[in-house]
Amino acid sequence: MDKVMNIRNGVILTFIITLLLPFIVQSQYVLHVVTMALIWAISVYGYNMNVGYVGSLSLAHVGFFAIGAYTLGLLTVKAGWNFWLAFMAALVLSAAIGFLVGLVSFRTKGHFFAIYTMCVGFIIYLIIDKWDSLTGGVRGLIGIPHPAPIGPLTFDTLTSQYYLVLFFLAVTILVAKRLLHSLLGRTFLAVNNSEELARAIGISTRKNQLLSFVISCFFAGLAGALYASFVRFIGPDIASIVLGFEMLMYLIIGGIGTLAGPLVGTLLMVWLTQSLQFLQDSRMVLFGPVLVLLVIFYPQGIVGGITNHWRKRRKRSDLKHSESKLPKQVPSHRVNARR
Amino acid sequence: MFLKVEQLTKRFGGLTANHNNDLEVHKGHIHAIIGPNGAGKTTFFNLISGFQPPTSGTITFKGTDITGMPPNKIAERGIARTFQTTHLFEKATVLDNVMIGNRLRTQSGFWDAIFRTRRERREEKESLNKAYKVLEFVGLPHLADEPIAGITQEQKKRVAFALALATEPELVLLDEPAAGVNSGETDGLAALIKKMTKRGLTVCLIEHKMAMIMSLADRITVLNQGERIAEGTPKEIQNHPAVIEAYLGGGQPESSRTETV
Ligand SMILES: Nc1ncnc2c1ncn2[C@@H]1O[C@H](COP(=O)(O)OP(=O)(O)OP(=O)(O)O)[C@@H](O)[C@H]1O
Ligand SMILES: [Mg+2]
Repeated sequence: MDKVMNIRNGVILTFIITLLLPFIVQSQYVLHVVTMALIWAISVYGYNMNVGYVGSLSLAHVGFFAIGAYTLGLLTVKAGWNFWLAFMAALVLSAAIGFLVGLVSFRTKGHFFAIYTMCVGFIIYLIIDKWDSLTGGVRGLIGIPHPAPIGPLTFDTLTSQYYLVLFFLAVTILVAKRLLHSLLGRTFLAVNNSEELARAIGISTRKNQLLSFVISCFFAGLAGALYASFVRFIGPDIASIVLGFEMLMYLIIGGIGTLAGPLVGTLLMVWLTQSLQFLQDSRMVLFGPVLVLLVIFYPQGIVGGITNHWRKRRKRSDLKHSESKLPKQVPSHRVNARR
Repeated sequence: MFLKVEQLTKRFGGLTANHNNDLEVHKGHIHAIIGPNGAGKTTFFNLISGFQPPTSGTITFKGTDITGMPPNKIAERGIARTFQTTHLFEKATVLDNVMIGNRLRTQSGFWDAIFRTRRERREEKESLNKAYKVLEFVGLPHLADEPIAGITQEQKKRVAFALALATEPELVLLDEPAAGVNSGETDGLAALIKKMTKRGLTVCLIEHKMAMIMSLADRITVLNQGERIAEGTPKEIQNHPAVIEAYLGGGQPESSRTETV
């Protein structure tokens, strides 16, 4: 109990900081950037629940982000739907299209899955870009409303929008955590580890891959819908593969398959991008090599690297104290004690 | 008949890996399948466990036709298998490996995970208890928290058994369970296989180690170049001219494999 900086305290501290952030930072600009980062983080969490858990690399993720954004945008602006109804529709539609795409795509394997989903992503982009009469094409879609009030809660100010996004991010992280530590999560990881062995022990790999894909599409759609209502203007570029790779980069840097990775990676990269703004697009010249080094030396990203380091240290100190160890029993709490 | 295979054929392009093979396995038996390298033994297991669809023929398990079913459905029906090159979830611990073996006997899905329902918690506990039980059975409860990377080849073999047993099978297909372990360890594994049948399991195994097979098997089927050339008790097989011919005449230079035939 001598360590003050354990994981639990770290989480609590982070939570308090994020809750108080609008009072800590006075700059509206900074709060705006942070809110955007949290929206990306939701999407990256969704991505992780597919790529990181079950291990199929979809390159259509950004497409579902755009589906969520455009569904909300079109239903509110063009069809005049109630905001929250349109919001729900955006989530349902993202997941439903994800289901249909997944049904077909999991007939392909490995690299072909990545290529197939990249094509799907590109088709989504093309539809948004070319279907002028519906989406507004390159001109984009303007005048998306802020989230409608829920009872006494209104969402016209930046601070209130920040809290709304924070709420959805908290829900997303909770889902990611519960999922990872559940039987279903174990099943996902088993499929990720070895499809062949998973099948041999009675696990339907296709069903699990499909489910995790749909979950990731749902959260991509959620992030997209929040984005649309926050920025209030959307264009076809939110479906571009470049943005998709950006999300993938956040995930890789933070740590694929880890719980904190998406948040750490996104916040860090958004902060870096902001700090290195003077470099403009050539910042990739810097990010590229860093990414390569990270993948080589820390395939599980920053979070994975740190966790491994801790584990090794704990093991070393365990060995030192091993004489005082009690005989092992079946500890009932350890069902949850993973990662 | 417990497991009945009739006229099973598998072709890979021009190569016939299995040709009109029959097999009958009695409940509670240890049934060995032997044959030179490339005889089609692993393919035979792949067909029975659903990993490859047969070109023709039928497989009946406990009276149900399971031909062409996907492997996960066949596992649900009570056939477990291990792989020739020991296959485990390398990135996980021994306990996590074995725990997931119970997954096909659980129902908890997405909503159970999100709300940590009673069913989820109950099934997690059941999976954990069963994992410890099968680890106990194979003699490795003390290695529960070890990562797979940190255990020996023989221990990996035992974990693979434990994982198969965690699926609650009635029939276990073991593909070369004693490959790559020394003779003392081989005896230990043989004893473990014997112990499985004492618990009411039926075992079908592929093995090259003849001494082990001869002492363990109730019946032996011999494959050569995709065809069944003999079947019988260990005694019958040992003196079967076709078997001796296949092993000695078929260009099998490894004397260790042929000496006991
Ligand atoms: N998926 C496949 N595609 C094409 N040919 C295959 C395939 N699987 C096996 N074969 C061929 O079928 C034949 C039988 O292979 P199999 O692996 O069943 O032999 P085996 O009896 O298990 O041999 P061993 O004792 O070396 O494990 C071999 O000639 C092999 O090359
Ligand atoms: Mg083989």
